[in-house]
Amino acid sequence: MTGDDDTPRMGFFTDTSVCIGCKACEVACKEWNAIPEDGLELTGMSYDNTQRLGSDSWRHVAFIEQRKPFGGPEPALTHEDVDVFAAASRLGTDPGSPDGHTELRWLMASDVCKHCTHAACLDVCPTGSLFRTEFGTVVVQEDVCNGCGYCVPACPYGVIDQRRDDGRAWKCTLCYDRLGVGMEPACAKSCPTESIQFGPLQELRERAAARVRQLHTAGVTDARLYGESPDDGVGGDGAFFLLLDEPEVYGLPPDPVVTTRDLPAMWRHAALAAASLAALAAAGFARRPR
Amino acid sequence: MAECHPVGFQWVMEAKARGAKVIHVDPRFTRTSALADVHVPLRAGSDIAFLGGIVNYVLQHEKYFRDYVVAYSNAPVILREDFRDTEDLDGVFSGLDTDTRSYDNASWQYEGTEMQAASGERDREYEERTGGGSTVAEAARGEAHGSGGAAIGEGEPERDETLSHPRCVFQVLRRHYARYTPELVEQICGVPQDLFRQVCELVTENSGRERTTAFAYSVGWTQHTVGVQYIRAAAVLQTLLGNIGRPGGGILALRGHASIQGSTDIPTLFNLLPGYIPMPHAHQNQDLEAFVRAEAARKGYWGNMRAYLVSLLKAYWGDAATAGNDFCFDYLPRLTGSHSTYETTMAQLEGACQGYFLFGENPAVGNANSRLMRLGMAQLDWLVVRDFSLIESATWWQDGPEIETGELRTQDIRTEVFFLPAAAHTEKDGSFTNTQRLLQWHHQAVEPPGEARSDLWFAYHLGRIIRQKLAGSADEMDRPVLDLAWNYPTKGEHTEPDAQAVLAEINGHDADGRPLSSYEELKGDGSTACGCWIYCGVYADGVNQAARRKPGREQDWVAAEWAWAWPANRRILNNRASADPEGRPWSERKALVWWDPDKGERGEWSGHDVPDFKKDKAPDHRPPEGATGPEALSGRDPFVMQADGKAWLYVPSGLTDGPLPAHYEPQDSPFPNLLYAQQRNPVRHLLPALPDNRYQPSGTEPGSEVFPYVATTYRLTEHHTAGGMSRWQPYLAELQPEFFCEVSPELAAERGLEHTGWATIVSARAVIEARVLVTDRMTPLRVHGRTLHQVGLPYHWGPNGYSTGDAANELVHLSLDPNTHIQETKAFAVDIRPGRRPRGPASLELVRAYRARAGIDEHTGTEP
Repeated sequence: MTGDDDTPRMGFFTDTSVCIGCKACEVACKEWNAIPEDGLELTGMSYDNTQRLGSDSWRHVAFIEQRKPFGGPEPALTHEDVDVFAAASRLGTDPGSPDGHTELRWLMASDVCKHCTHAACLDVCPTGSLFRTEFGTVVVQEDVCNGCGYCVPACPYGVIDQRRDDGRAWKCTLCYDRLGVGMEPACAKSCPTESIQFGPLQELRERAAARVRQLHTAGVTDARLYGESPDDGVGGDGAFFLLLDEPEVYGLPPDPVVTTRDLPAMWRHAALAAASLAALAAAGFARRPR
Repeated sequence: MAECHPVGFQWVMEAKARGAKVIHVDPRFTRTSALADVHVPLRAGSDIAFLGGIVNYVLQHEKYFRDYVVAYSNAPVILREDFRDTEDLDGVFSGLDTDTRSYDNASWQYEGTEMQAASGERDREYEERTGGGSTVAEAARGEAHGSGGAAIGEGEPERDETLSHPRCVFQVLRRHYARYTPELVEQICGVPQDLFRQVCELVTENSGRERTTAFAYSVGWTQHTVGVQYIRAAAVLQTLLGNIGRPGGGILALRGHASIQGSTDIPTLFNLLPGYIPMPHAHQNQDLEAFVRAEAARKGYWGNMRAYLVSLLKAYWGDAATAGNDFCFDYLPRLTGSHSTYETTMAQLEGACQGYFLFGENPAVGNANSRLMRLGMAQLDWLVVRDFSLIESATWWQDGPEIETGELRTQDIRTEVFFLPAAAHTEKDGSFTNTQRLLQWHHQAVEPPGEARSDLWFAYHLGRIIRQKLAGSADEMDRPVLDLAWNYPTKGEHTEPDAQAVLAEINGHDADGRPLSSYEELKGDGSTACGCWIYCGVYADGVNQAARRKPGREQDWVAAEWAWAWPANRRILNNRASADPEGRPWSERKALVWWDPDKGERGEWSGHDVPDFKKDKAPDHRPPEGATGPEALSGRDPFVMQADGKAWLYVPSGLTDGPLPAHYEPQDSPFPNLLYAQQRNPVRHLLPALPDNRYQPSGTEPGSEVFPYVATTYRLTEHHTAGGMSRWQPYLAELQPEFFCEVSPELAAERGLEHTGWATIVSARAVIEARVLVTDRMTPLRVHGRTLHQVGLPYHWGPNGYSTGDAANELVHLSLDPNTHIQETKAFAVDIRPGRRPRGPASLELVRAYRARAGIDEHTGTEP
């Protein structure tokens, strides 16, 4: 997926290793896009009171408090031999490593719509409200959306969401209106540490690869990219991330697949089935004795 | 810094990307810790022990930058024989008068001379220096030691450049910190020895000729009964390591909000005039000449104080200020003691202060002992609140906590409260002065809504109307107001004064009205006017230099054409110290300014930054005999504002509480002072122990166990100070919707606190409630051999607005730093228990019960 011939595909690279959790992106996004405030709830999820992306939160900074043993192995992918209840009961009191040293990590990551290469939301939209822009981004047109909500379960990341009071679907537009006049999106503009980088996707991918190499050299072996590969289940994200742990830790699906992936095959099968039925019926009529 | 200065923190991240190591020392694991290489949790209130420990490490391991220290600091200077250190007197310095709770600093002086401080309590030598002819008209605490001061010495102080004389500053320093060992740091601060050594190694490895280390601090250092000495401890360390006046070095004060630096430079403080000129005290028959003689330093740029002051008086009173009337010096108000915020509250309670202006300040929740603040305001005749929203300071009379308890009844309160909506910074022109002294202009984007107006508009028109009302008055008392130069051009439908015209007045002009370009042009004869001498040059050539916005990528790394820094657009102060005594950079890597012998007629200072030195003063220059002011400094005296041109490891004059930082416990502390018999700062500024301002027992005193936990207040990224700018903003309120406290899982287990449940927090002053966040980011420490739990309390909340909660400041006492009169909000002792607090009169009863249990009366905690 690219943008128009003369416009490169634009996107976000969110480098969570330099995110300071200031939430300026959340506020700038709401200010620019005039998104309503959506509830005052102290969640107890560290400093995350936004909780998730939704119709009224197009940027969401996740806060994850972790205790990791110093120099310890990567958290194993299988936890079959771990007694999670026993581990939970030790939380905060267990030194975690034999020499009593644990590393306290506070991961922060600003999540956003992924602007997938293969965007299921767009595929299922019956009105054409969701469309692919000349920048290769995926945008909902609020004056076209009829509130059918098909896009909501279609999103493999759970990003797009209907606003309760008007039923229409809302999500990040990658500040389509700003891009149109040569400005960067509000969140990237407001990010003080360049955790959110905006630019041509190809350039961002190169930058991200270099950043991962740099972090690996510096001993941050946990660093990995998420959503940058065109070979993944959504054909690569227009907004991808550098993470310091497994995607699940950040509340991201480990292996997202465009939910409409199997649609053509399903239709093919359905068509085949229909044809078979028709053929069967025809055959039935054909055999009827006159 | 990432929490409270996220925009400034981008430069820390940039430095980190280039390989800088970031160490974060904080009782809590914050957003800054998350990005730091090392986080050092320590007990709130123990930083002097920590920093003193590093000083001791530097001295023990010979890690100091010897050439720098010998040439540029007062380390070689020999002290008087009668000076006694805290090591000699078990925690106090010589000169302590326990009756008046003050020091006479005579014995702190250099052998053979007497010093004048660069800023601060310069008035203490007044009588000595004016020949003893005047007397203090009304002695007050702040100047009770004014009759002290050393005899005026002749000649230079005695020096020992080998640093071996037992009475030289270096040796005094060595003895003073000899007991601040890693073992002691572990005991007092709760910092394990290996972690402490790691910090010492990182700091010393990254200091010296080739490398520099910077310290950034905020109110976590200032808001203590020994706050100034915290920063002094950093100054001692940075001077020893040669990290002052050099790129990548320094001690950076991260100010509390936009332009707090500006409001210190052109102060909203009772004891300073613009540019750090002291406010005159109420001495008898003190004229301009006597004031300057008493206050000005003989050497260094403070030697030109007369030129700065006369130019200021000309800016205030214009043509009315003449040589014949002492340039209206007598129009300046006189101090009769401390008139700090908290003394003003005391004066309100006593009925002496009857009117109060609050400009963007919310003392009803934002000041220590908020309850006393409200009770003080309830005694006023009138109160003017200028803010964006109806903050607690504007509504306490109808819905404050005292209305709920029944202590105040709205119908009985006679205070007339005026609320005037204020314009935001986007709705007016003006400048912000930031932590690095950079003035950045902001332009008005939109007109303020409705009746909202700028503070400039309010001050100008208030003055204009008062002057109209007083016009024709023959009363001498009204002359200072009537003679003011009060003509500012206005514009627009709101007759908004032109902020650039004010900036031009601050910059100053000569007798012909031409803008000045440097404070070196200021005269003491009335031919120049300048509203703030250190800002002189911000309007050079009639151009608003603060509005310059040339991007960094279009200029060199100093970026001298982005905005304007005081003084003289200099980006690093004392930068002569970036070169060695001969004027060569200490290293190529850290070159900033240097002596160029081929430049000018006989050589000139040159470099990347504007040299903080007389342009043509050669490194080998020796001042002529009897020279004064800047002329008296040699070519090797980089600290040009100091009376001896040197960085002060030891402060002979200017501080009320000692020449060297010593560890004292906070006013309310669960621990005894392990270092000295002296528990607390003996000269801390202790406001009366009123029934609502009781102090707690500390250390081994009976009753201290009633308040076993250390509490500290702080800010969150999502909110602004006392909440006036954030709690009413839905987009900010939803990010941190409620007041909460932060505790460790261990403390939660010990006290039965539940995550997201409620906790009640009690001190001898008040009881508050907060939602609970149980987090590993709060870690228990081993202090004095036992486990200490700390309680974190963000202080943004109050009952009004969109995001609400109790005010953490209700808990805090009014024992203050004696130099700055600032409250001790960063370290105090509390109890915490599960559940919500009682309501109404029952909440008062709970606090009373706690006091009774701890045996607290009006004497508790008040001993010197």
